[in-house]
Amino acid sequence: MSTYDTMRHFADSWGLIAMFVFFAAATAFVFRPGSRAHYEEAARIPLKNASED
Amino acid sequence: MGAGSLVQMGLWALLALLAITMGAKAEDLPFAVHMYIFAAAALLALVFKARSFGKPAPDTSGYLDGVVRYGAIITVFWGVVGFLVGVVVALQLAFPGWNPDLEWFNFGRLRPLHTSAVVFAFGGNALITTSFYVVQRTNRTRLALGNLSWFVFWGYQLFIVLAATGYLLGVTEGREYAEPEWYVDLWLTIVWVAYFLVFFGTLLQRKESHIYVANWFYLSFIVTIAMLHIVNNLSIPVSIFGSKSYSAFSGVQDALTQWWYGHNAVGFFLTAGFLGMMYYFVPKRVERPVYSYRLSIVHFWSLIFLYIWAGPHHLHYTALPDWAQTLGMVFSIMLWMPSWGGMINGLMTLSGAWDKLRTDPVLRMMVISVAFYGMSTFEGPMMSIKAVNSLSHYTDWTIGHVHSGALGWVGMISMGCMYHLIPRLWGQKEVYSLRLVSWHVWLSTLGIVVYASAMWVSGIMQGLMWREYDDQGFLVYSFAETVAAMHPYYVIRAFGGLLFLVGALIMVYNLYRTIGGQRPVKVAVPGAALAAAE
Repeated sequence: MSTYDTMRHFADSWGLIAMFVFFAAATAFVFRPGSRAHYEEAARIPLKNASED
Repeated sequence: MGAGSLVQMGLWALLALLAITMGAKAEDLPFAVHMYIFAAAALLALVFKARSFGKPAPDTSGYLDGVVRYGAIITVFWGVVGFLVGVVVALQLAFPGWNPDLEWFNFGRLRPLHTSAVVFAFGGNALITTSFYVVQRTNRTRLALGNLSWFVFWGYQLFIVLAATGYLLGVTEGREYAEPEWYVDLWLTIVWVAYFLVFFGTLLQRKESHIYVANWFYLSFIVTIAMLHIVNNLSIPVSIFGSKSYSAFSGVQDALTQWWYGHNAVGFFLTAGFLGMMYYFVPKRVERPVYSYRLSIVHFWSLIFLYIWAGPHHLHYTALPDWAQTLGMVFSIMLWMPSWGGMINGLMTLSGAWDKLRTDPVLRMMVISVAFYGMSTFEGPMMSIKAVNSLSHYTDWTIGHVHSGALGWVGMISMGCMYHLIPRLWGQKEVYSLRLVSWHVWLSTLGIVVYASAMWVSGIMQGLMWREYDDQGFLVYSFAETVAAMHPYYVIRAFGGLLFLVGALIMVYNLYRTIGGQRPVKVAVPGAALAAAE
């Protein structure tokens, strides 16, 4: 098989799976139990130094 | 002022010498001009460095805001230049007589000048400026690596000058949004690596344990643009003393490389970075945290995982394999989800504070920009559907779509940020006149609506005329007839652009009155005191 074919088959099999798994895991991680307070705290970062902007 | 400064001066001198030599051996005039511009810039840097000898070491406490102040002013300047050239090229399309008999100012050369001026000079400086501002504030630390951020600033302006003069002199690679030739590309690569080092270095020395989501968007923009820029510009110069080079790719591979770059320039330059602005400045302006921080992270991952595949939709019905076209279309349609998720997240940040829209025209400008983000990211995926694309492609509809995104989303969020930033950088509470901001908001909104609707009518009409057959199977209209039919819409489009330009000029006056006579302020890094208060 040519380099092109090898790379293409890798991309549409293992490459695709790896990226999908990473994406799904990253998304799921955001909704892990007990993380609500952490994200509410993070959302306030821009507002912390309100005195000086 | 130690050995480091001497080494730096030596490097600038060497660079100037190299550029002068290259200029003397140049095989074409534009290359010689560019090499002498290079040499002049290197000598200026040398003189600037030399003048710092004997002066006390600069104060490096507090945020590094000098470069942000310069960046804010230059952003406004390039914005007005870009909009002005846009109005000129719109008039050149409507009235061909506006193409003078001077080759430097014909539509073909002014058009890349316009696109690069608004995308890279205006948009790029807005991104660099706000990213330097936001990364310091959200991480409670000064910009890393000393004065490297100043090199990024001046190096980037040099890139813009080289690109702009090159277009007028006829130097072009002919690659959409990547027209500068090989040596300018190399220079931009150096500047961009320095930009990455400053930004990433600042993240590394942060005092805040969590990296705020705006920085994620800025970082993805910086990293992805580096990758896109390098791959798209792989080319071989005809001579190292000449401006012409040829792409490393050919045929359909070259086309796909160009649109992989081109669409991700939209996705990562014109979207991701500006979303970074939205996620910092909208909450700041409303004085409320973003509606859902979790949604902002999901927005981030889905945007970057989907955008990178959407490029092939620029090559529907071409020699590109069908599966690649379909892949581009499918990923474009999936982009509806993160785009609208992000838009809703930005808009809902106002929930409970919608009344501020009545009293704060700067916030109004930001909200209108987010609404345009939603509108153009709805229109884009729709146009990527093959059946729709068969009507819209190569017509003015595309131009209208680009401008509702560029003027509406990118332009308005950038100018909204400038209205927020500039008074604060010079120790003022607000801009000189909020009434004038309000005029600017409505003039530019009206301008965009006029522009986009003229292009819808013109583009759809153009597409329908091209595909009109008679009962014998002959085409009904010649190409020149479609051009004649579009004339009124071209005039209306130029008028819409003019409204947008007038709004920007009002902004210049307003900001000039804001800054005039004011001293820059130094802002301390809130460190231990703040940590203790938490």
